[in-house]
Amino acid sequence: MFTQKVKSRIIYSVILAILAITVLYITLKSLEENVVYFYSPTDIYNKTSILSNTTIRVGGLVKEKSINKKGTSINFIITDLKNEIIISYKGLVPNLFSEGKGVIAEGKLKDKKYFVADKILAKHDENYMPPEVKKALEDSK
Amino acid sequence: MFKNFLPNKILALNNKFIFKIAKIMILVLFVGIVYSLFISPPDYIQGDSVRIMYVHVPSSFIALGCFAFIGIVSICNLVFKIKFISLMAKSLAPVGLIFTIISIVTGSLWGKPTWGIWWAWDARLTSMAILLFFYLIYILTWKFVINFKKANTISSIIAVIGLFNLPIIKYSVEWWNTLHQPSSITLTSAPAIHYTMLVPLLIMLIGFTIYSVIIFLMRYKIEIMKFKLNKKNKIN
Repeated sequence: MFTQKVKSRIIYSVILAILAITVLYITLKSLEENVVYFYSPTDIYNKTSILSNTTIRVGGLVKEKSINKKGTSINFIITDLKNEIIISYKGLVPNLFSEGKGVIAEGKLKDKKYFVADKILAKHDENYMPPEVKKALEDSK
Repeated sequence: MFKNFLPNKILALNNKFIFKIAKIMILVLFVGIVYSLFISPPDYIQGDSVRIMYVHVPSSFIALGCFAFIGIVSICNLVFKIKFISLMAKSLAPVGLIFTIISIVTGSLWGKPTWGIWWAWDARLTSMAILLFFYLIYILTWKFVINFKKANTISSIIAVIGLFNLPIIKYSVEWWNTLHQPSSITLTSAPAIHYTMLVPLLIMLIGFTIYSVIIFLMRYKIEIMKFKLNKKNKIN
């Protein structure tokens, strides 16, 4: 069906594609530490060395009833439902920051359970719905 | 179907046809904009900033789709050496570039009130920026490499390399922790968007797709005319 030239080009490109995917996979795998935007509390818990001097990000859900506001400073707990980490922060939080919602804190670890943040980002999940539907969902709970 | 894209057929393509689908596009976009800006409800947590999504998501879809098309066409071009096929890729590139820019800008506008920052170097946003650069390099290659054969080969290779970026964009939100939320619409499960928001989203997607087709047809026609003229005048 194909001429010899075209055939050899097909074989050549397939081999090249397989090689490229392998190289890409290995590169991304080894760069995983840098590709992740934030660590979960479990990641931090499993880390052997504490990165106390470098700025890192911790993300998860804000634990229910853990927000403690005092003037401009705020304390809350980030949880991934397995491990928890206490966050202490001074300043304004985004509008979407609330209990049970996703959050990312940027700052430095004091120890494995305590984190001092200098920036708080709200993480939005993939669910979109009108307020009435949300209310109906909560009422049926 | 494929025969309709042969150079001579495209040249015979009546401008009236383009006007016809342009009329449909205006109608669809009008309905889509009214629906998404006025009829659809605000989100339970984001409020009205959810309306940015109706532009952001379709643009990202088309940005990725266009590059997928360019990449696949470029593979065919490198393997089978059909000339007019790369002209198709060339004429689709500006559409993809524009929608990539729209996607990044609207995403940024949404990110500030939602996340609290305009831009983050997370996997989804970074890979999207890389896509933008691939579009730019691809288009610039066609612009600055004068010899047609050379430009054809170089740009095809660039597009094929860029093709590997697409699954990274698509799955970045699942493979790694990212600031960007995972996809709400997946093939395997029910959409995580309420249908009152899903409908305007799909209408906008149809409108944007028709727009892309119109621009593509117009550009493709011009590219073929240019190619034939250059051949006649023995340029290249």
